[in-house]
Amino acid sequence: MSGRDISRNGPLALIFHALLTVFILAPLVVVMLVSLSDKEYLSMPFDGMSLRWYREILAAPELISAFWLSIWLGLASATLATIVAVPAALAIARHRFFGRDGLMAFLMSPLMIPHVVLGVAFLRFFSIMEWTGSFVALVLVHAITVVPYSLRLTLAAVIGLERDAETAARSLGASRAVAFRRILLPLILPGVAAGWVLAFIQSFDEVTMTIFVATPGTTTLPVALYNRISQLTDPVTTSVSTILILGTMAFMFILDRMVGLDRVLIGKK
Amino acid sequence: MASSTHQTSRGLPWLLSLPALALFLALLAIPLVLTAILSFNAFDGMRGIQQSYGFGNYLEILLDGYYREIFLRTGGMALAVTLICIVLGVPETLILAKMKPVWRGTFFVVILGPLLISVVVRTLGWSVLLGSQGVVNTVLRGLGLVDEPIRLLFSMTGVIIVLTHVFLPFMVIAVWSAMQRLDGQIEHAARSLGAGPFTTFRRIMLPQLMPGILSGAIIVFALAASAYATPAIIGGRRVKVVATTLYDEFFNSLNWPLGAAIAVLLLLANILIIVGCNRLVERRFKQVFA
Repeated sequence: MSGRDISRNGPLALIFHALLTVFILAPLVVVMLVSLSDKEYLSMPFDGMSLRWYREILAAPELISAFWLSIWLGLASATLATIVAVPAALAIARHRFFGRDGLMAFLMSPLMIPHVVLGVAFLRFFSIMEWTGSFVALVLVHAITVVPYSLRLTLAAVIGLERDAETAARSLGASRAVAFRRILLPLILPGVAAGWVLAFIQSFDEVTMTIFVATPGTTTLPVALYNRISQLTDPVTTSVSTILILGTMAFMFILDRMVGLDRVLIGKK
Repeated sequence: MASSTHQTSRGLPWLLSLPALALFLALLAIPLVLTAILSFNAFDGMRGIQQSYGFGNYLEILLDGYYREIFLRTGGMALAVTLICIVLGVPETLILAKMKPVWRGTFFVVILGPLLISVVVRTLGWSVLLGSQGVVNTVLRGLGLVDEPIRLLFSMTGVIIVLTHVFLPFMVIAVWSAMQRLDGQIEHAARSLGAGPFTTFRRIMLPQLMPGILSGAIIVFALAASAYATPAIIGGRRVKVVATTLYDEFFNSLNWPLGAAIAVLLLLANILIIVGCNRLVERRFKQVFA
């Protein structure tokens, strides 16, 4: 037997790891590189560098309006999802009641239902209700698809808490509402906020379901990008994508500061 | 946790859950039920949706070779993506576990971070990489591995590569979660008793990681089988899968009842696989969880 330390990665493992890292990062790096090309077509490698395709974004008003629509949609649906998910998370974490498991499964179900199926269901529903093209309707269905993220992170925050401070406040005469507002809420706020950010990102990125219900007036940025990519090769898509990658990295940094990115992504406390 | 729960005020938990429940009943349950009803409506190419009901749409999907092939192709694609995610994801998670905490944190972000970046953006990157003049073909020809550019864009191979990239993080997350329940010393014990690295992996590590691998496989399979944007962009018209067929029925053929029936079948298949496999995992690996 060799005396090699088995708690370390061998050279083969490190080569595998390096190749996999390249596989993971390659498409993102390539998008960022191609966005700096001065050519009319998407190509790698390229010779001339320019910021031309960033200036071209300004000449595509539909992309800019889609961007703002996605921002407002994300803000509204993440906020609505948080407002309904936080009390539900408190109920599920703090109470034993008949139907608790069923309620939990129902509220987490948007993760299990394929987004194409959700898209079809909402398309049918909107056409019956004559809600097609309504921004409010889009906010409502986006909120449903992101509730599980808010619920999961809030649950993790509530379950991880000691109840001593709350019990003390109650026994000293604080009402349930005051105990919630002054004691519990500040304690779970990082989890709730992280849930909101994750919900915002998921709403902002959602494309599959939204394609089914988006109209020319309610086209989100991912849908607008998808439409451009599937119709023509247009380098503007790479400059917009680069901005999205950099923006997401900024959000990841914020999430990491708030609760730790591993916790958000893996869902462990 | 049970000791810290309220036993008083029975109505309170439902009152707290009411806003979420109302939203979900009105805007999730009702649309799904309406879609299920629509799937039984008859359809006439000239006059549109008919007010008569039957199993016609389901029979058409099950008996018509065209739709059966699409379902089989989608299942095969999802299976291939799942297997590749296992082959890449399990070793990578083992490697991550052995890293120093600083490096592990960094590479967690590298490997899991792309989950937060729009799938359209990730797919766009791959469409640049996979084109006949793209980076992958340039590198392959530079190395002399191929003479002619190989068709990756608008091919099933391309779709499988990109879906693997999109869903690999879920496998890493699932295996990592399973690994947190393991006793780290057991590997050392096996090795010090004379087992080689391969035997240790196969006899000691793998059986304990199996629940994590299987739950990761369920997630990856379900997501891959219903993916839309990636097959639509990378596969194009050449590689039709269930999700893109669904879109075509609704927006090109305008046969909504048939589209609804495809959606119902996709949802049922999804639920059957998720619930069925979870049962299997729980039953077979009870001793590991206990």
